[in-house]
Amino acid sequence: MYYDEDRLKIPLIRAEERGMQVFREASWDEALDYVAAKMKEISTKYGPESMALFTHGSGSSNFTNLFNAFGSPNIAEPSYAQCRGPRDEAFFATFGEEVYSPEITDIRDTRCLVLIGSHIGENMHNGQIQEMSDAIDKGATIITVDPRFSTAAGKSKYWLPIKPATDIALLLSWIHEIIYNDYYDKKYVVKYCSGFEQLKEHVKDFTPEWAYGITTIKPDLISKTAEEMANASPAVIVHPGRHVTWYGDDTQRIRAVAILNALLGSWGRRGGFYRPARYTLEQPQKPAYKEPSRTWQDLFPGKYPVASSVPTNALVDGSIPENNPAYQIKGWFVNATNLLSTVPDTSNTLKAIQNLDLVVAIDTMPMEITGWADVVLPECTYLERYDVLRTTPHRKPAIALRMPAAEPLNNTKPGYWIARELSKKLGLESYFPFEKQEDLIDWQLKKIGSSLDEMKAVGVKNFERDIDDIYFADNEDVEFPTDSGTIELYSTYFEQYGFDPMPKYVPHEEPAEGYYRLIYGRAPMHTFGRTSNNPNLTDLLDENKVWINPKVAKEWGLQNDQEIWLKNQDGAVTDFPVKVRITERIRWDSVYIFHGFGHTQKQMTRCYGKGASDTKLITKVHIDPIMGGTGMRGNFVTFLTEKADQEVAL
Amino acid sequence: MRYAMAVDTRKCVGCSDCVVACQTENNVPHGFCRDWVVEVMDGTYPQLEIELRSERCNHCANSPCVRCCPTGASHFAEGGIVLVKKTECIGCGACIASCPYDARYPHPEGYVDKCTFCYHRIKNGMKPACVEVCPTKCLYFGDLNDANSDVSVVLKKRKYKTLIPEAGTDPQLYFLI
Repeated sequence: MYYDEDRLKIPLIRAEERGMQVFREASWDEALDYVAAKMKEISTKYGPESMALFTHGSGSSNFTNLFNAFGSPNIAEPSYAQCRGPRDEAFFATFGEEVYSPEITDIRDTRCLVLIGSHIGENMHNGQIQEMSDAIDKGATIITVDPRFSTAAGKSKYWLPIKPATDIALLLSWIHEIIYNDYYDKKYVVKYCSGFEQLKEHVKDFTPEWAYGITTIKPDLISKTAEEMANASPAVIVHPGRHVTWYGDDTQRIRAVAILNALLGSWGRRGGFYRPARYTLEQPQKPAYKEPSRTWQDLFPGKYPVASSVPTNALVDGSIPENNPAYQIKGWFVNATNLLSTVPDTSNTLKAIQNLDLVVAIDTMPMEITGWADVVLPECTYLERYDVLRTTPHRKPAIALRMPAAEPLNNTKPGYWIARELSKKLGLESYFPFEKQEDLIDWQLKKIGSSLDEMKAVGVKNFERDIDDIYFADNEDVEFPTDSGTIELYSTYFEQYGFDPMPKYVPHEEPAEGYYRLIYGRAPMHTFGRTSNNPNLTDLLDENKVWINPKVAKEWGLQNDQEIWLKNQDGAVTDFPVKVRITERIRWDSVYIFHGFGHTQKQMTRCYGKGASDTKLITKVHIDPIMGGTGMRGNFVTFLTEKADQEVAL
Repeated sequence: MRYAMAVDTRKCVGCSDCVVACQTENNVPHGFCRDWVVEVMDGTYPQLEIELRSERCNHCANSPCVRCCPTGASHFAEGGIVLVKKTECIGCGACIASCPYDARYPHPEGYVDKCTFCYHRIKNGMKPACVEVCPTKCLYFGDLNDANSDVSVVLKKRKYKTLIPEAGTDPQLYFLI
């Protein structure tokens, strides 16, 4: 990656029509002058909140600070509305608290781990993998619900090969089993929960037999797995998942997950969910941010009322004039996220881009989005820079340092430097009181009796908890931060916004004859689509394949490694052919591909044109009305064997 | 001393971190590898099983590659580790043909290359790179003659198998099942 010739090396300013990818090289000064002038122009004409920031990862704070200082609260991370947003809101509604990132799941000490479509082991969040491995060593029972025989399913005592889009029915029948067999933690429920009687009444007909007809999971398997959970209670985790934006009723699905955990008494208990502890660092004095006159909610008044972060898609939709003529987004900063691969319905995103006055891409590598930018600012990679000190919550408070392993190559700069230089040109320098990221880090560390030099030597510094309260004590009186102060099995919070206070199963659209539900996921060696072009990792995997059940392959006469095109229900066809992988690991009503392939950016020389892009096939988006999440698993594909532009179906 | 490695197939998730670590540590040229991950699936839907294995040279005690090497480049080093002395290797490929595990590859610089159990690291008290980085800690390495080594301890506790035992090479890569 460091020596990768494909890297973005020099600031670029667009020279031809947007998207033509004709740029001229510029000095940093010229590029930043251009950006600052455009931002001022947009601010004068439309207000500062007409600028939007899309960002992801450890460098986010630099541009978030810049945008807040500039006067725009329109800052979105796709990790919310394209990923874990529904679970955050569902757990918030139930326990008054989210599950944080990394998750506060006590997998290391659990006796039973239930994964609903969550493919830990292919999704390589390292802490979770390490703990799942420990749990396997200790003999924990794993139950995996997935239409695909995932790696985790291969480690599981029970695999429930569920019919896709029916998870809520399974969850409701588990709740039914746990209540009506008296499996629930009575003492815990009485002491901490509210709405139990209403829940009991609500699920009374949701028997395993009822769920069998919907989910295709046999009643005895539903009962048996409910019993396994109960036997392990409270050391059981019904995992909240991470990428959970599937069908548009995702917040309600995760509510059912949260309710199950409450009934099993796992929240606040060893082997369930622990109470996180976080180290708080002092922040330097800087002027208060201006109160913005408009937020994203003014773009779409009344929509997604419980969203606690900005849905990326709301800002994209808000950039299309006909959606909201009164108030529009006119300029984008896109930092470390390839929006064209992250946000579904690519044509909608491109339509939004065409209406903008400014598109700035800040990234380390060329991506589809950098090709659409007016200005490309080459950031140095994580190997060449400091980032803010990491203080994410965990079992014990800790701080961790990211420091450069090498000097920045080419004419690349750290994000902190880019944001600060821009702040100077915008008259906002006082919001960046330190010249360099490392000066801020050193200042923060000296406040706590450490220093940058010490952290360079140790890397990570662990602290003890102030009090020993990682789990609830016996009979502890706990005030939950919900409206009622209890764990809400019946959500008064959702009810006040007109949403179902308890989850319901509503059938979803099914594939037409000859079509299969498109399911996508992660390749364990890659991080989203961001590493598809990495020299080491393309060596391991440089294309995705479409997983097809042998029965389906036989019906269509498909062979392993045969190249086909995928076409969805709206006629969208993959740009490139994708090879067939015939495998028993996927149901006959679905196909599966790894996310992050089928790149159309030619500057990604190693992965250009290889495999199929799932994003391209996700044209139907099922928006979660509660928080604005983009449900992406309601798309169906069929197979083409001829070149895509001729569209000859088999 | 007898170096060996055990691979826990119940914990391996096939992420291939071991492969990248090895390529980086040992400057393995792109397109080649000294270790790799194998996925074996058995059964029909929905009764399925998967075994994931991180594989590499088995450092066989009865190594056909050492026996067939015409120049003596392939040899046993301390602890039974099978190494190739690249200055003596003529790249004839006899060892590649003789290995039942397909563990060797022709290096573009004209010699044959393979896993060394990171001999340069273990000499200095470190673990092989693949063992060091594995996020699931599914790789165990050490001296079988030392009852307290990681590999001895885990082999005492768990059931295991070797690959292609019928080849009679006495492999020293153990798979925990």
